[in-house]
Amino acid sequence: MGAKVVFTIDGKDVEGEQGQTILQAAALSGIYIPHLCAMKGLTPWGSCRVCTVLVNGRPQAACTMPITDGMVVENETAELKDLRSSLVEMLFVEGNHYCMFCEKSGNCELQAMGYRLGMLSPRHRYMFPNRKVDASHPDVMLDFNRCILCARCIRASQELDGKHVFQFIQRGARKRIGVNAVNGAGGTNLKVIDKAAESCPVGCIIKKRVGFAIPVGQRKYDQKPIGSDIESRQTVTK
Amino acid sequence: MADNSDVTRQICERFGNDKGRLMDILLSVQAESGCIASGALDDIAKSLSMNRVEVESAATFYAFFSREPRGRFVIRLCNDIIDQIKGMDRIAAAFRTELGIDFGQTTADGLFSLEYTPCIGMCDQAPALLINHKVVTRVSTDMVHEIVQTLRATKSIEQLKLTLGDGNNSHPLVRSMVVNNLREPGSVVFAPTTPGVALQRALSEQPVELIKIVKASRLRGRGGAGFPTGMKWEFTRGAVGDRKFVVCNADEGEPGTFKDRVILTEAAGLMFEGMTIAGYAIGASEGIVYLRGEYTYLLQFLEEILSKRRAAGLLGRDILGKSGFKFDIRIQLGAGAYVCGEETALLSSCEGKAGDPKTRPPFPAQKGYLGMPTVINNVETYCAVARIIENGPGWFTSMGTQGSAGTKVFSVSGDCSSPGVYELPFGITVNDLLARVGATETQAVQVGGASGRMIGPAEFGRKLCYDDLATGGSVMVFGAQRDVLAIAHAFMEFFVEESCGYCTPCRVGTSLLCERLGRFLGGNADLADIDYLEKTGKSVKTASRCGLGQTAANPVLSTIQSFRQEYERRVKTNGSVFLSSFDPIKAVAAAAGMAGHGSEYFGTQKGGV
Repeated sequence: MGAKVVFTIDGKDVEGEQGQTILQAAALSGIYIPHLCAMKGLTPWGSCRVCTVLVNGRPQAACTMPITDGMVVENETAELKDLRSSLVEMLFVEGNHYCMFCEKSGNCELQAMGYRLGMLSPRHRYMFPNRKVDASHPDVMLDFNRCILCARCIRASQELDGKHVFQFIQRGARKRIGVNAVNGAGGTNLKVIDKAAESCPVGCIIKKRVGFAIPVGQRKYDQKPIGSDIESRQTVTK
Repeated sequence: MADNSDVTRQICERFGNDKGRLMDILLSVQAESGCIASGALDDIAKSLSMNRVEVESAATFYAFFSREPRGRFVIRLCNDIIDQIKGMDRIAAAFRTELGIDFGQTTADGLFSLEYTPCIGMCDQAPALLINHKVVTRVSTDMVHEIVQTLRATKSIEQLKLTLGDGNNSHPLVRSMVVNNLREPGSVVFAPTTPGVALQRALSEQPVELIKIVKASRLRGRGGAGFPTGMKWEFTRGAVGDRKFVVCNADEGEPGTFKDRVILTEAAGLMFEGMTIAGYAIGASEGIVYLRGEYTYLLQFLEEILSKRRAAGLLGRDILGKSGFKFDIRIQLGAGAYVCGEETALLSSCEGKAGDPKTRPPFPAQKGYLGMPTVINNVETYCAVARIIENGPGWFTSMGTQGSAGTKVFSVSGDCSSPGVYELPFGITVNDLLARVGATETQAVQVGGASGRMIGPAEFGRKLCYDDLATGGSVMVFGAQRDVLAIAHAFMEFFVEESCGYCTPCRVGTSLLCERLGRFLGGNADLADIDYLEKTGKSVKTASRCGLGQTAANPVLSTIQSFRQEYERRVKTNGSVFLSSFDPIKAVAAAAGMAGHGSEYFGTQKGGV
């Protein structure tokens, strides 16, 4: 166990252990900081920036910033909420997200985040990119129209499955997820039971033939908003 | 002809099948085969025991690598804003005519490919271009004709009749037409020195004392961020690691900067000496110079200086007789990625990966190259270190200002009579600098390159230093005839192209800002678009992960601040209740094309679809 670290989030005392990130310590204390690319069990990544908080007045990603004693963290300010909303809207306009036709609807973290942040229509211009669908794998489909480049599949494949199915290729606006084969995911050693196949927060990595096993309306975020599991935690906040 | 697989395998072997040298391997394969084909990705992956997609990740990140075969001569015309105002379009048109192809294409005979490339560090002699690694400057349309004719007839770059530049530009290992344009050499970087003097003095001190001297000099990083060098060294010295590294950032990619080019040409020995001193101070025995791919023409020359320093006992084992102190330097070439000037992206690239920045903290001083404590400084910073050790911190602090000691090497380009390199004490005003470079009727000055800020005449009394107008050296001058919004738009296009794409605000936000700014140039912007630009620009600045993204909105934000009237002037005032940005003719163009006639209401766009 690491040494005890005490800091504040929005004026509340929070206790954590040395080595934890702000996001981790906050979650254990029942404080939800909105995030998309961070996932329990994976190396902190810091790419979606939705978890941006102010640390002693300076913007930092809560998912990668280690806690230190006496740190003053601001989370629920009006400016940060608007910033997060703007970032989530960027992710919406960057891809092609049609929730009403998407089998991930109700289980999608991006959609749930849009609801949680009170997003109505994006302030940004839709980009309507031309992206590919990779249906070459017998059990898993990749619909890149919905990819938000969170790299959770990249990390899950390496860190949890001990494989290397995914990796970023290209750069900038053309950056996308590449697979470790010439002709699509079907040529890789990806298995439907892999953690990587479950790691996708959106409807990009989809398991075939089970999409509507749970009806819309009874899905995870149809029940409770994203983050409520953390907020319902009874652990410490003084 | 040897099988391609064999060639690739041999290249991998030449670099010890070390995946850390993937950049060099990819550069060699590209040079050898004219592309990095799908099969080559597999061959490299096999030789290096990597996954194909890891190789693909690096191979698709850098602009100098291509998956499709490129011509034997790849002509890369520099399209930065200075080249644009110095007649780039005329040169582009001449190439199109001569070659019969457009940019992005290769001639049918496989001889020529035509591409645009961002700033190649030749703004003082624009328009400029690269033919493979050969630099051609002050290009005229006549030269275009001659170049194409010669290359067609001789199939050899060496046959191009180009005059040789001054100084070491005419050295047998450089033989370049680049000129230094060193207008004002100062007393730190460009003063005459004797190799080894500073190093000798350094080795007579304890490493800890050396760091004290650097701290006392108040030297701050010359790359632009201005972090105190001594403090950086102290952190790295104190950090735990089996090995430590000294890295020199010679990836000068900030548009309008070219001072490192001249330092590398005329004072590289001083830079290597500063790196060696850093190695002694922090306890490192390995150094890396990350040289931007655009400066490949200097590689052999720099390698020779390293060889000479090894022969003279200034590198290697027991340096200058100091028993136990060993230090050597290797040069890592880049391959066309501005983001690699960001220090952690540079380290990723040195490790043979795509140039994505690393998560901070930890900082390079704790976990840098290969996860080991690493000092990383700019070319100019290492030169300053060597001179500080030679002459003492008091000598250094007697120049410049309180917060910005010493001199700064400025790269000045644009609308002025004497563009070039000026080494001047920190604290000089913009007005003073403009007078020295022969700039009159200046409308705007871009300080610090695309990532810097644009100021108008009201701010020309400000000082160039860390505490006022900070710059890594780039100063671009724009006369009354220039359109400041078009300049800002060119910078935004640059960032869209050069963002690594890792984080949301930079990957998406730069495109959004660029498009919205374009509405002002196209004459269909609303007043509300100014607010949008300001708000979204601030989001990109606040939320981005690295220095590139944090400054990528500056072209927009600083022009709104300094030239708001230029935005307001172009807002559409048709009194319409409809969205100004909506162009009905464009919207129905595709449908009109299919129907074979224009819209009854809106007509057809001129020229049809």
